[in-house]
Amino acid sequence: MPVTITVNGVKQSCEAPPEMPLLWALRDVLGLTGTKYGCGVGLCGACTVHVDGVAARACLMPLSAVGEKSVTTIEGLSPAGAHPVQQAWQLEDVAQCGYCQPGQIMTAAALLAKNPKPSDEEIAAALSGNLCRCGTYQRICAAVRRAAALRKGSKPA
Amino acid sequence: MTTLSKVSRREFLAGAALTGAALTLGCSFEAEADRVGATALAPNAFLAIDSDGRVLVTVNKTEMGQGARTGLPMLVAEELDADWSKVVVETASFDPSKYGFQGTGGSGSIRGAWEPLRRTGATARAMLVEAAARRWNVAAADCRTENGFVIHPSDAAKKLSYGELVADAAALPIPDATAVKLKDPKDFKLIGRRVARYDNPAIVTGKAVYGMDIRLPGMRFATMVHPPTFGGKAKQADDRDAKAVPGVEKVFVTDRGVAVVATNTWAAFEGAKKLRVAWDEGPHGELSSAAIRAMFAEKAKSPGDVARNDGDFDAAFATAAKKLEAEYEVPYLHHATLEPQNCTARVTADSCEIWAPTQFPNFVMDEARRITGLDAARIKIHITLLGGGFGRRIEADYAADAVEVAKRLDGVPVQVTWTREEDMRHGWYRPASLHIVKGGLSADGRLAALLHRLVAPSIRGQRQPDGGKGVDPGAMAGIATTQYDAPNFRAEYVRANTGVPIGFWRAVFDSQNGFVQESWMDELAQAAKADPVEFRRKLLGKSPRLKTVLEVAAKAADWGKPLPKGRARGVAAHFSFGAFCAQVAEVSVADDLPLVHRVVCAMDVGTVVNPSQVEAQIEGSIVFALSAALYGAITVEKGRVVQSNFNDYPLLRATEMPKVEIHLIKSAEAPSGAGEPALPPTAPAVCNALFALTGKRIRKLPIALD
Ligand code: FES
Ligand code: FES
Repeated sequence: MPVTITVNGVKQSCEAPPEMPLLWALRDVLGLTGTKYGCGVGLCGACTVHVDGVAARACLMPLSAVGEKSVTTIEGLSPAGAHPVQQAWQLEDVAQCGYCQPGQIMTAAALLAKNPKPSDEEIAAALSGNLCRCGTYQRICAAVRRAAALRKGSKPA
Repeated sequence: MTTLSKVSRREFLAGAALTGAALTLGCSFEAEADRVGATALAPNAFLAIDSDGRVLVTVNKTEMGQGARTGLPMLVAEELDADWSKVVVETASFDPSKYGFQGTGGSGSIRGAWEPLRRTGATARAMLVEAAARRWNVAAADCRTENGFVIHPSDAAKKLSYGELVADAAALPIPDATAVKLKDPKDFKLIGRRVARYDNPAIVTGKAVYGMDIRLPGMRFATMVHPPTFGGKAKQADDRDAKAVPGVEKVFVTDRGVAVVATNTWAAFEGAKKLRVAWDEGPHGELSSAAIRAMFAEKAKSPGDVARNDGDFDAAFATAAKKLEAEYEVPYLHHATLEPQNCTARVTADSCEIWAPTQFPNFVMDEARRITGLDAARIKIHITLLGGGFGRRIEADYAADAVEVAKRLDGVPVQVTWTREEDMRHGWYRPASLHIVKGGLSADGRLAALLHRLVAPSIRGQRQPDGGKGVDPGAMAGIATTQYDAPNFRAEYVRANTGVPIGFWRAVFDSQNGFVQESWMDELAQAAKADPVEFRRKLLGKSPRLKTVLEVAAKAADWGKPLPKGRARGVAAHFSFGAFCAQVAEVSVADDLPLVHRVVCAMDVGTVVNPSQVEAQIEGSIVFALSAALYGAITVEKGRVVQSNFNDYPLLRATEMPKVEIHLIKSAEAPSGAGEPALPPTAPAVCNALFALTGKRIRKLPIALD
């Protein structure tokens, strides 16, 4: 029984059982491999996507829980990389191996949508569920600050 | 920006349009240098310039976050005077006859490429200049190059792009690369500049292709359940419940465990949970961390093989005015790359193709040959991006799994992905070790005698049938290579192999030997009633570069100046991978837990090719070291690894990130390694700060204050 879900603005049929976590439906059924597997149990944040604009762990969310909600993955944030968070990530040269970065970027984008001017503490707290084994945290925080400034259209302080 | 890297050299040279489909395919890693057309200038396998002026650099090192796909092309582009925006990067498939040694590790990518890749760029530049000079009928020496053009300074009309010159240049004889002139470093335009990572655009849009992102038509997804004990084997598997999981297609026992093949990874994981396997536990079913610790302690009682012997330790220690002795220990550690182990393969009767996130494709080749029985010529290995390496992906066990499974699937491609739990429990762990240290001080507080005895398993020995004999020089890294000028110093190695698989980990033995040596230096300084920075400085007369970074770090960190109540500083310095590094950590304690607020790092890596990358490697090394110092421990019970996921093997989080301040020493020396040498000083700097704050000496990692 295929499930119907909306991913990156496209309503589509997904050939998968309703208990399959969104992560694997995205990666192995729909071919959207930008969302990553890191732990499978909600501990690392590599699988972070937006569900109705809110950051969610795709490894913990069965397709049945997605329902009518709208899913955005890293591929849908801005395919050209024009989202302020994606821009800031490049300007701050954040990525090392880059594997955690789609999850970091999705978490940061959801944070800024809710809180356009987060403090350093709020940035760290929002991203504390996203592990980076390569240790890019310092640049991640700098990039979120820069993205906040880019969103305002002003230069970062 | 597009990921041109995924375009084959043939397409590249044909100037093929880069469609979105081509970009996300992720499986055309072809480096078809043999198809280079007549219009391309390709002085060797690492560089091709086409008639559009695009500069294709083929990188023979794996990209695992260290920036090889940016730093190596920078070396070529510098000497070529290329327009950086026209540089296209591809990772070479495995072919040592064409690309030389393709193993990536030991902080060696830039070090090894420094000379040859600059010569590659300079060779092509010389040919382009010669081609232009002939066209203009002027002397080559009168022409100069800039940003992808050859220019004749006295005539503005004489300006030709590299693309326009490629055909002529390609017809010229290739000059001797060892004879071409390299730039004076003061003329560097790219080297020394902050160049953003080549793969950034692909990474931030989710298009970067890691091992787990390979997708092939008709491919299956599989997982492995490996024997729970080291050296165990699957006897048989009851697969009835596993096969009942929708999507599970096949289950079979291999030499390495039990494979579950399905139409998607989740079904494979679910199926694996439902297997009932009878295991042969093998020879280590009773192994435990306590037993290993006891064995180390027993062995530590006898002297080891001498790795370095300066002066006469025994005599000097016997007559020292003050004698100190201590025991230090560190646990096994896991790499925990964020991308779990995985590999994709397709095997037919006469061919084998592998897409491997690997640091050492030569080991993947060895495994593929062994398992398939095919010649190397029939085995093709593509190297993907790595979601972290840190030494874990030097091994090729994940590739062995993929080839074993693919061999049973008759030409159907299959991706084998380990669960995080399998990854955690089937690692090649950073060796645990026990250290005996002794020190003697003269009446006036000088270091008169020093002994460092390391009791640890040998990584090299693990690969030898008898476990190896004598000193393992790799294990003594940082001890035998100490920069301190101790007059009576003996370094000993006691081989203590166990059944726990061990391997290379970021900074490997320097990570632990540096911790012990630098903590012990602090103990000695304290016993001598000396300032820890001063005490070290006096012993560094023969290592001016380490002395300099120590001084720079101390000054930048306001060493000696008062701190708010509840805060303290600690210092450590270490030489490894050709680099000199000193760090000062600033800490406090809350509820018996250490908080690291600030780490000031001074480092001398010789010439800095790309400051953004060197600094990233330093930040990363410090975080890696903090995760280990605060939390890292792999323990063993009943022959099994206890830890399973990030709940019991935690990593540092964004909220725990100290402020890292980096000071790179200006240097004209050739580049050293940069990916590892900032790791060893972090744990001792933190522990020394904790001692300054609490009076408690940390002699065992991870840190426990209560
Ligand atoms: S994979 Fe979902 S949180 Fe780790
Ligand atoms: S960049 Fe490698 S895990 Fe974050």
